[in-house]
Amino acid sequence: MTPAELDSFSLLLVYSAMAVYTLAFVAYAVDVARRSAAKPVPAEVRELVGSGAPARAAEPDASVLAPAAGGRGARIGFTLTVLAWALHVGGAVLRGLSAGRVPWSNMYEFALTGIAVIVGVFVLSRLWKDLNFLGVFFTGLATVFLGVATVNYYVAPTPLPPALQSYWLVIHVFVATLATGFLGLGTGLSVLQLIKEKRDNGFLRSLPSPVQLEDLAYRVGVIGFIFWTFTLIAGAIWAEHAWGRYWGWDTKEVWTFVIWVVYAGYIHARATRGWRGSRSAWLQIIGFAAIIFNFTIVNQFFAGLHAYSGL
Amino acid sequence: MSRSSSSDPLRPGDHIDAPEPAPRSGSGPQLGVVGWLRFLWRQLTSMRTAIVLLLLLAVGAIPGSLVPQRSSDPNGVIQVRADNPDLVWLYDALSLHDVYASPWFSAIYVLLFTSLVGCVIPRLAHHWKAMRARPPRTPARLSRLVGFQTVSGDASDLDRADRLLRRLGYRTHRYGDSISAERGYLRETGNLLFHIALLAMILVVGLGSGFGYNGQRLIVEGRSFANTLSSYDTFDSGQWFDEASLAPFSVQLDELDVVYETENPNAIGAPLDFTAHVTVNEDGVSREAQIKVNEPLNVDGADLYLVSNGYAPRISVRDAEGTVVYDEYTPFLAQDDLMTSLGVMKLPGGLEEQLGLRGFFYPTAAELDTGALASAYPDLANPVLSLQAFTGDLGLDAGVPRSVYALETDEMTQIAGGDSGTEALMLAPGQTVEIPGGLGTITFEDVQRYGVIDVHVDHTQTAVFWIAMTILVSLLGSLLIPRRRMWVKAADGRLELAGLARGEDPTLERAVDDLAKRLGGETAERSGRPATPRATSDRESRIDP
Ligand code: HEM
Repeated sequence: MTPAELDSFSLLLVYSAMAVYTLAFVAYAVDVARRSAAKPVPAEVRELVGSGAPARAAEPDASVLAPAAGGRGARIGFTLTVLAWALHVGGAVLRGLSAGRVPWSNMYEFALTGIAVIVGVFVLSRLWKDLNFLGVFFTGLATVFLGVATVNYYVAPTPLPPALQSYWLVIHVFVATLATGFLGLGTGLSVLQLIKEKRDNGFLRSLPSPVQLEDLAYRVGVIGFIFWTFTLIAGAIWAEHAWGRYWGWDTKEVWTFVIWVVYAGYIHARATRGWRGSRSAWLQIIGFAAIIFNFTIVNQFFAGLHAYSGL
Repeated sequence: MSRSSSSDPLRPGDHIDAPEPAPRSGSGPQLGVVGWLRFLWRQLTSMRTAIVLLLLLAVGAIPGSLVPQRSSDPNGVIQVRADNPDLVWLYDALSLHDVYASPWFSAIYVLLFTSLVGCVIPRLAHHWKAMRARPPRTPARLSRLVGFQTVSGDASDLDRADRLLRRLGYRTHRYGDSISAERGYLRETGNLLFHIALLAMILVVGLGSGFGYNGQRLIVEGRSFANTLSSYDTFDSGQWFDEASLAPFSVQLDELDVVYETENPNAIGAPLDFTAHVTVNEDGVSREAQIKVNEPLNVDGADLYLVSNGYAPRISVRDAEGTVVYDEYTPFLAQDDLMTSLGVMKLPGGLEEQLGLRGFFYPTAAELDTGALASAYPDLANPVLSLQAFTGDLGLDAGVPRSVYALETDEMTQIAGGDSGTEALMLAPGQTVEIPGGLGTITFEDVQRYGVIDVHVDHTQTAVFWIAMTILVSLLGSLLIPRRRMWVKAADGRLELAGLARGEDPTLERAVDDLAKRLGGETAERSGRPATPRATSDRESRIDP
């Protein structure tokens, strides 16, 4: 196949993935609606607070996570998500083959691969915990972002400009998307935590307690933060190779730094009396919003050396 | 936290694992000067202050991405100031073009790092002692702790348990019929190392960069330049830089190879490769080398980067008698991806009048529908030079520095191109045209490429690299190593086991189960209560909003 054919085949897979993500979203949404209408599951979410028990609290055991796993709708949703993800990854791989390099060197490709990594983190987190209750969030996110990417960012594959011809492109950018995946997962959990703190009816009853959600969010967020730290350092090393300085407060560098500092604030907040709980959750969400801002607005509209949007 | 002990890390007063502060007595505290200072210091080194300062740092960094900075975008600065003359005072008052060196930004990070030092030093001293302290006494009742269970065995198995725990990385101590074990000291070590490394980073970057320099030089193929102050087009150096430290080398640009895409229909003309072939002369020894984007060349401690390139047409001018009065390569600046390039030549003497030339160079000229020329491809397929000519006062004598890339035409009369009534002068290589008004002739001799070479010396690089590695590794340790206590106690003819998390520790219960399995006895029923580990151990101190 010629590169152009490969690329149109890649696009076909991406469109199919979008369609299947949409179906998965519908399945998850139906599931949520159904459970909102159903009789509430009596969730044994009691916490022994201030009983003087040293450093421990009884928690609902793992079975509380089980209802969150949801019914048939959620199972269908997950299956469809995996299918969509396979199509999506196939699309990204073909795009890379078509261009003859890694598929992340302009906005369209960053988005294409980045969303695949985000959904991948969600799908693979299944091996660790059943987070199906985040299905609506992730399939919704994937559908919308892929839509934006194909409509607003698509460009035909072009060869790598000399500035990007470096193995650091492979490492730095990929780890950045990985970080984004984990921080996105953490943010999904933080959002649910905040919602659940405000109200606890219908579907929300079947979710883990806000404290559990917060703990999960933190554990995922910490992984994301480690990857982000690596991204920052790797970026500095690459900048040293390409531009002769490791740090020059270029717009993209500024935003990477801002995001890193916000997450450092989040980690501190988690360890601070009066900040743990919803305040720290907000910091995680703000950090992720800054990532999305960095990717979309900063990439497209801010002047700087990182002019690789390809638009 | 009721159970904090000397082996616990010391935390700021408002850390979630720190002991709850004693409630203040009714009337306001009577503080002397020392009392106040202590109070302020405690505020400055609290977790809350660290969060607020971190968030301030994040917010404070943002304006630097919105307003062009002198350090990263000097042309942008000039542009913004020219476009908004009424706002210039504001930009200056707030140092908006030097955000990262501004008083207010510095204030934020100096406060943050003062707080950090104040936070780290006591913890460091404390941790030093804690590493030698023995694990705390075994609690009287293990049954209320995480993962409590019993396995068969008795006091005679304690030695075995002790060895096992040590092998698992615990520090142990025997208290009567029980073993108290603690592990994860590296978590605090990592945390302290991480914060100290941050401090080291700031110091090294701040001080070390004062010795370096950064010079830029444009060289046309075939020419060379020496590493001396006067040969640079632009030169920046740190405050402790000494001119004598410039290594004595010179670099000749033999050839600049540029490869453009020719096949991919979506990217015809996209650059694929820039390679500068150079001859380096160090201490009288010459060697050939190359510089590519992403592949700097190291010469005698200095790194050489190829930052940009372009075309330098060679133009010669003869006067009415045919005498050569001007013959130079002039670097033209690329205006777009297809290398339509703009350049200026100034001839203050030699002709009857001062002459200024300004025009475009098209490496592959093509005519647009409008009849105007444009470049259709960035390589030299059909090079054409199109010049406007001006006579009059070039303004070079006024003593005002003038950019070599700009022509002040206010005091000049246009004699070719534009509205002058005469066509712009069009030249292909080798062609000669008359200057209108019988001043003489202009010849486009040939065209070469030029490269812009950045020469950079930064003594902080290596140190910064290793500090960054320390930051990464200590962060891993600090975030991922669980810190926990574990107890094995012989009671009622069985062994009781339980654990206690010190900080985030999602796997504590699994660790207790694992220990039980390793101890090998048959496991009794777990205590009736569900005792899943909390990720943290701080439930009592949690303040719910
Ligand atoms: C330059 C500013 C700072 C940055 C970027 C920063 C970053 C971090 C990060 C990433 C962590 C989590 C990883 C770890 O545990 O090592 C952390 C933890 C911590 N930081 Fe900082 N920090 C800064 C300043 C401070 C200051 C000023 C204090 C003193 C109040 C402080 C106290 C702590 C404490 C006590 C922890 C442990 C939190 C826990 O128990 O999980 N940090 N810091």
